[in-house]
Amino acid sequence: MIAFVLRRLIQSVLVMLAVALIAFTMFRFVGDPVNSMLPENASSEQRTQLSEQLGLDRPVIVQFARFVTGAVQGDFGISYRNKRPVAEMIAERLPATLELVLAAAVFALSLGVPMGIYTALHPKGVISNLLQTVSLIGISVPTFVTGILLILVFSVWLNWLPSFGRGDTVQLGWWSTGFLTWTGLKSLVLPAVMLGLFQITLIMRLVRAEMMEVLRSDFVRFARARGLTNGAVHFGHALGNTLMPVITIVGLQLGSMIAFAIITETVFQWPGMGLLFIQAVSFADIPVMSAYLVMVALMFVAINMIVDLLYFAIDPRMSASA
Amino acid sequence: MSMESYPQSRLSIFLESDLYYRFRTSRITVSAAIVTALILLAALLAPWIAPHTPFDVTTLSLWDSELPPVWVEGGDPRFVLGTDNQGRDVLSAILYGSRISLFVGFVSVAFAMVIGIVIGLISGYFGGAIDAFFMRIADVMLSFPTILVALLVSGIARGALPREMHDSAALVVLVFAITITTWVQYARTVRSSTMVERSREYVYAAQLVGRQPFAILFSHILPNVMGPVLVIATINLAMAILIEATLSFLGVGMPPTNPSLGTLIRVGNEYLFSGVWWVVIFPSLTLVVLVLAVNLLGDWLRDALNPKLR
Amino acid sequence: MTLAYVPQTLLSVRDLSICFDTRYGPLRAVDGITFDLAPGEILGMVGESGAGKSLTGAAITGLLERPGRIDRGEIHFEGQRIDTLGKDEMRRLRGRKIGAIFQDPLTSLNPLMTVGQQLIQTIRTHLPLNRDAARTRAIDLLMEVGIPAPDARVDQYPHEFSGGMRQRVVIALALCANPALVIADEPTTALDVSIQSQILELLRKMCRDHGAAVILVTHDMGVIAETADRVAVMYSGRIVEIGSVEKVFKDPRHPYTAGLMQSIPRIGSNAHRLAQIEGAMPRLTALPDGCAFNLRCPRAMDICYRQKPKSQALGDGQVACHLFQEELA
Repeated sequence: MIAFVLRRLIQSVLVMLAVALIAFTMFRFVGDPVNSMLPENASSEQRTQLSEQLGLDRPVIVQFARFVTGAVQGDFGISYRNKRPVAEMIAERLPATLELVLAAAVFALSLGVPMGIYTALHPKGVISNLLQTVSLIGISVPTFVTGILLILVFSVWLNWLPSFGRGDTVQLGWWSTGFLTWTGLKSLVLPAVMLGLFQITLIMRLVRAEMMEVLRSDFVRFARARGLTNGAVHFGHALGNTLMPVITIVGLQLGSMIAFAIITETVFQWPGMGLLFIQAVSFADIPVMSAYLVMVALMFVAINMIVDLLYFAIDPRMSASA
Repeated sequence: MSMESYPQSRLSIFLESDLYYRFRTSRITVSAAIVTALILLAALLAPWIAPHTPFDVTTLSLWDSELPPVWVEGGDPRFVLGTDNQGRDVLSAILYGSRISLFVGFVSVAFAMVIGIVIGLISGYFGGAIDAFFMRIADVMLSFPTILVALLVSGIARGALPREMHDSAALVVLVFAITITTWVQYARTVRSSTMVERSREYVYAAQLVGRQPFAILFSHILPNVMGPVLVIATINLAMAILIEATLSFLGVGMPPTNPSLGTLIRVGNEYLFSGVWWVVIFPSLTLVVLVLAVNLLGDWLRDALNPKLR
Repeated sequence: MTLAYVPQTLLSVRDLSICFDTRYGPLRAVDGITFDLAPGEILGMVGESGAGKSLTGAAITGLLERPGRIDRGEIHFEGQRIDTLGKDEMRRLRGRKIGAIFQDPLTSLNPLMTVGQQLIQTIRTHLPLNRDAARTRAIDLLMEVGIPAPDARVDQYPHEFSGGMRQRVVIALALCANPALVIADEPTTALDVSIQSQILELLRKMCRDHGAAVILVTHDMGVIAETADRVAVMYSGRIVEIGSVEKVFKDPRHPYTAGLMQSIPRIGSNAHRLAQIEGAMPRLTALPDGCAFNLRCPRAMDICYRQKPKSQALGDGQVACHLFQEELA
């Protein structure tokens, strides 16, 4: 068990280093940092000064080392556009994105899993076909169109929910939360629904496919042959085996939700990391881009690790063979 | 009942196959195919059938701006689906926009397929360090969501190109970004097939005779692996179209001077609140219908080619 | 152990036919089979893959899956007709009166539940026992099937058992509610040869002790010889010969059975080649007219190509072959 954890830790560190390398390469070699940070009419002394300050005259390996040590301590340099430390900008916006993703995940799971189970148990029913069709349309509609439609219906026509911003937030230490205010919660609804909607169709199809596969398996057949009730077979035997691979995929989906938050934040002007990233891309603000990359990679790696450990803990086959 | 009568032409083998049977008995799939074909045709013929040229500034007139569709009061039969705030005809914009969306979709899928197949063949055939190298890259790429990678590539390209070139190079950058993010699946599938075939005797025999084993692999593996590759390609086509639309919507794809469907939606979104709904809705509808049709075709292909479901 | 009074015939299958609805039309996989089973009797069903043996077992337990369906015929169990029972009633019958054992013990058990949990659940579904009583019974069953240290192993997971042990657990599960009939579908095919006879012996013993009749489906003649009382030979969806194991093995009537007996290799024989039956069983989509065995039969006559032979009583068994028909058309 310990060996497993150690191995995964080392793998994670390696992946992070690889990502850091890419981020660093972007940071250093795409465009010209000195030119981008100084105004057009800066003197050549100012340029050389900045160049030395950034350590651009040192060997590349040293620069990389500086980059990594800086990143580990949370220093990602200065944004080309805002002239503020990137780390500060990201820290400000991290809570917004994370809360959004959490809300969306809860929404998606609480609808997707039951729907998936239902369509697996009643594959030919009317409701099943309806849900299937809706889900097929669901993955064909681009997320931003869903968002626009939501805004159209709930903000423009019905005027029930706000369509931009986060509402009022409460500051808890360095974390600003929107969960504790009424406007905060109201502002969260539409973006969370938009982000989660896409996932619902995915989760539903996944749970359905897994469950149908499990229902065809030998031990389910044997359970039926022993005369166990439908409830016992479906929920006792089939569900457990279905949810295990689903957990892994849902974990991975969390990561992809963090990325898709970019779109949601753009549509709703939600002040999160994603919106920051998009603005950085349009302005070729490389430090922000590379910092975002590292942060997101870190989150992915952490999520992967947790999912693996979770699998390990739950599946009796794995802990026995460790 | 006898079903064997030799020799059979290829066409009749296809017509009797499960694949075709499932196609023609599924009304949905046939409809999807028709719709896709229609949109394709319309997009291809856009320069000839579009009633206006929305991006030739000399043909625009601000008097024509913000006209609703022809069936709404205030509409003008010259502009069937209405106009935007600069007087551009929405219908024509959609036709041209679909062209771009489809172009980016097909081209990036084609490139990704070629690159993926080649890398897969090389990786599977030579194995060892080359294989490890490519597969590491593939693993890293797969662990990130495609949209993120596409955005990154786009951003890097913008950083590397001087500002003036951003708009004109947008098409190339888009195709490049999407290709880079989607080659991996082809590579993996082809790689595993290659590895299986490489150890077969006929390869060894060919080596003894002095034939280039690589050429043999090519001619033997490709037909085998085209099935799954095609399924991946249809899924990827839908995905490519969506990614392009998303990037354009976010502002880092096609510019408004040469818009794809995604750009049109973004442009229309900006004055949604002022009640001008047609500039957003119609391109959105077109996009959804297109992707839906492609997805349905992909579903049919996948079900029909899946050995487990036979 | 007391045996409740049951009528002399436990299971009675009459003219059972199973069809599959495909795009080529209905395919008949089982064509009018008829046999009886007495209480406590072990009937072997032997035949090549695809002859219809497993389907028959599935039809009896009510687990026939679409697109297969019972087309014709009747199944009577303990005097009651069961092929027309509703789903719920059939479910109550399963496990309690009719048990089943499948081929692969690894995939027959839920990997996420302990052996004990699976046993207790089955026991409590059919018998009114509380948790502790059920657990005791589960441990007793494990001991009966020969699992050492049952009180410890009852809380272990399936992957902690070896293949043979798992099949013992499966047998325990099938018999825990004391069914009167057990359908064993290739119970030893997935096991090591060295363990096969142990498991067969266990099956015989358990069924004798619990008073259960067995339908033993297999393609292995050796298994039949070791374990069964009577044997039904299936070919292309029909029973071509049925009788006591001794008689059928010593003096096979139907040419197919004869061919099977001859093809069993004997140590010490001087043969240069193994005897085979030429050809292969016809596909369901290409069944010949007349007797399905006619293309491979060394003793085929004219009528064999025109008319299907009916099953005729002969001695204490039955044969379906024109060679033994009284009337020749």
